[in-house]
Amino acid sequence: MNFTLDLNTVWFGLVGVLFTGYAILDGFDLGIGALHLFTKSDTDRRVMINAIGPVWDGNEVWLVTGGGALFAAFPEVYATSFSGFYMAMMLLLFGLIFRAVAIDFRSKQPMRWWRQFWDVSFSVSSIVSSLLIGVALGNIAWGIPLNEEFEFVGSFWGLLHPYALLVGVTTVALFMMHGAIYAVMKTDGDLQARVRGWVNNTIIIFVICYVMTTLVTLIYVPHMTANLKAFPVLFIIPILNALAIANIPREIHHEREFRAFLSSCASMAALLALFGIGMYPNMILSRPMVDYSLTIYNAASSAKTLNIMLIIALLGMPLVIAYTISIYWIFRGKVKLDASSY
Amino acid sequence: MDLELLSRVQFGLTIAFHYIFPPLSIGLGLILVIMEGMYMKTGDRLYHNMTRFWVKIFGLIFALGVASGIVMEFQFGTNWATYSRFVGDVFGSALAAEGVFAFFLESGFLAILLFGWDKVKPRTHFISTILVAFGAHFSAIWIVVANSWQQTPAGHHIVGVGDAARAEIVDFWQVVFSPSFLDRISHVYMGAWQAGAFFVLSVSAFYILRKKHLDFARASIKIAIPVALVASLLQLATGHSSAETLVETQPAKLAAFEGHYAVSAPAGMYLFGWVNEEDEKTIGLQIPGLLSFMIGLDADTPVTGLKAFPSEDRPPVNLVFQSYHIMVGIGMILILLALFNAYGWWRKWLFEKRWYLKILIIAVLLPQLANQLGWFSAEVGRQPWIVYGLLRTSDALSVSVGSGQVITSLILFSLIYLLLFALFIYLLNEKIQHGPEIEAAIQEGHMA
Repeated sequence: MNFTLDLNTVWFGLVGVLFTGYAILDGFDLGIGALHLFTKSDTDRRVMINAIGPVWDGNEVWLVTGGGALFAAFPEVYATSFSGFYMAMMLLLFGLIFRAVAIDFRSKQPMRWWRQFWDVSFSVSSIVSSLLIGVALGNIAWGIPLNEEFEFVGSFWGLLHPYALLVGVTTVALFMMHGAIYAVMKTDGDLQARVRGWVNNTIIIFVICYVMTTLVTLIYVPHMTANLKAFPVLFIIPILNALAIANIPREIHHEREFRAFLSSCASMAALLALFGIGMYPNMILSRPMVDYSLTIYNAASSAKTLNIMLIIALLGMPLVIAYTISIYWIFRGKVKLDASSY
Repeated sequence: MDLELLSRVQFGLTIAFHYIFPPLSIGLGLILVIMEGMYMKTGDRLYHNMTRFWVKIFGLIFALGVASGIVMEFQFGTNWATYSRFVGDVFGSALAAEGVFAFFLESGFLAILLFGWDKVKPRTHFISTILVAFGAHFSAIWIVVANSWQQTPAGHHIVGVGDAARAEIVDFWQVVFSPSFLDRISHVYMGAWQAGAFFVLSVSAFYILRKKHLDFARASIKIAIPVALVASLLQLATGHSSAETLVETQPAKLAAFEGHYAVSAPAGMYLFGWVNEEDEKTIGLQIPGLLSFMIGLDADTPVTGLKAFPSEDRPPVNLVFQSYHIMVGIGMILILLALFNAYGWWRKWLFEKRWYLKILIIAVLLPQLANQLGWFSAEVGRQPWIVYGLLRTSDALSVSVGSGQVITSLILFSLIYLLLFALFIYLLNEKIQHGPEIEAAIQEGHMA
C-alpha cells in the first residue's frame, strides 16, 4: 500500500468519520428498536422509546450527511453502490421510514392493536435496517462484480452470500449491545435491572459473532487484512478494540454506565477504522475483476470540489459537534415520561 | 414498461409527497418565531399555549418531512446513477452544505422545541425556535441552489467526453448564484410562507366556526393575516421576476408556459386555454401582447417561441401550460383572500361571516396545490433536459437498474405513502379536534 496524506485520503477519512458518527449514534437507536419487543409493559416500552426520543432524528442526519458527503466527494462510489444495491437500498429506505413513523405514531393512540402494530413495526424495521447496513458493508469488503464502466453487474440475491450475511448479523448484534448499554444509562429501577441482564447477553452474542467474522475474514477475505500486515503498528487498533469490549462488562458491573457506553462507542469506532484500513485505497472492491475497483482516486470529485467541501466541513463540523453535545447534555439523565413524551 | 417513464414517475411521486411537508415547516417555523416572540415580549400565557399547540403540529409535519426526505437523497444514486456521476462534483457541495449547516441545526434544536419545555429556560427555548426556523429556511437554500443549477447551469466546465463526461466546479459562488437562483429561492420561500399562513388560518377558522378556543384562534389569525398578505403580494413579484429570467435562460420553458409557437413574434398571456401540440396552436382567452409588455414594456416585443426549437428539444407543452396557468390562477385567488382577510379584520366582520370562515378552512389546500404545480411546471418545463442543455433525462438513468425493480419499488412507495398520508391526516385531525391545552393556563389563573 502506498500511503500519502493527500486530499482524497483526507476525504476518505472524513466520509469514514461521518459514517462512524452515524453508526455510534443511530446504532443505539437501532439497537433499542431491535430490543423493543423484549420489554412487555406499555410504560417500559414508552420509556425505551423516549430514551432515544429527543435525539433519534438528529442521529439519522449523520446518515443523510454521510450520504451527501459520499455523493459530493466520491460520486462514482455513490452512484455505483446506490444503483447496484437498488433493492437493498429500497428496503433500507422503507425500514428507516417505518422506524421513524413508528416512533412518532406509536403512543399517539391508546388502542392496543395500534400500539402492537407500531411496536412490531419499530422492532422489525430496526432489525432489517441494521442487517442491511451490515450486509452492505460485508459486500463492500468481500467485493462485488463491476464492469469496466464501474457498473454493478450482479443480482440482488447475489448480494446475500454467507459472508455478507455474517457481517449483517454481527452488525445487528453490535447495535443491540450498544443499544442495551445506552438503555442502562437512561433507565432506572426494575427496568434498569432487566436491561442490565440484556447487556450481558448481547455482549456474549456480539463477541461470538465478532470472533466468527474475524476468523472468516482472516481465512477467506485476506485482502481486508493486507494493510494491517503491511503496517504492524496498526495492530494497536484491534488490541484497543478488544480491551474496549472487555471493559464494558466491568463498567456495567461497577454501575458506571456512562463509561460502559463510551467503551462501546470506542469499540464501534475501532471496528469502522479497521474496515477503513482494510479497504484503503479501495472504496468498492470489484470481484472478480479487481482492476475495475473504485478507489479514492478514480471515484473522486475534482481537487477543487474536495477543497471547497473541506472548507465547508471545517466551518460546519465544529458547530455540529458543539450542539450535538449540548443537546445530549440538556437531555441527560434518566427518562421521565411527561406530557410531551412519545 | 419504459424505464425512463417509470423512474420519472417514481421521482415525481416521492418528491411531490415530500413537498407537502417542507413548505409547511418553513412557513409554520416563521409563525412559531412570531408567536413565541410575542410571548417573550408580553409574557401573556395565551401566546405560550399557542406556541405549544403549533409546535406539536410542527413536530408531526417535521417527522413526515424527515421520513420522506431521506428517500430524496438516496434516489439520485439509486435511480439516476448516470446523472449523479455527471453532477456529483457540482451538486454535491450544495448537498453536503445542506447536511452540515442546516439539517443538524434543524433536527438538533427541534428536540428542544418538542421536549425541552421544562428542561431549558424560556429564552433558550425561544432561541431554539429561531434556530429551527432558520434551519428550515437555510436547508431550502441549498436544495434550490442545486435545482437552480440544473435549470441554469453556471460556474462549471465539462470534463471528459461521451459517457465519461461530467460537470466540474470552476467557481463555487457562480454555482450558488446561478442566474435563476435568487428568483427561485424567493418564490419558494413565499410559497412556503403562504402554505404556513393559510394552514394556521384554516385551523383557526375551524375553531371560530365551532365556537371553540376563541381567544386562541383569534390571536393565531392575527399573526397569520400579515404573513399571508406579505407572502401573497410578494409572490406576484417573485413570480414575475422568475418569468423574466426565463426569457434569457430557458426560452423554451417560457414559450411552453404560454403555448407560444411563433419563432419570434409578440406574445400575449392566456387567462386559460388549451394547446393543440399536433397543430402547434393554442386556443383560449388571451390578453394580446401582455407577455411582450411584461418582458420589454412594449406590447410588440418579440418573444422566442417553441418553433425556434427542434421538436426533440421541446417540453410537453399542454401539460406545462395547464399546470402553470392553474398555479397562476391559484396565486391570484390567494392574493384576493389575503386582502379580504386583512379588510375583514379591519372592518371587524372577519369572525362573523360564517361562509367566509368556511372558505378559509378549505383554502389551506390552495397554497399546497400551487406549490406542487409550480414545481411541476418548473421541472416538466425543463424537459427533455435533466440538466438544461447539458444532459438529457433519457441519458441520466441508472444502467444497472431494470424496469422490474423500479415497478416493484414504485408500487411499494405508493402503498407506503398512501398509508403515511392517511395516518398524517388522521393524526392531524386528532390534534386539531383535541385543540390547544388551556388547562395549564386556567390553573395559573390567566384565562377563564
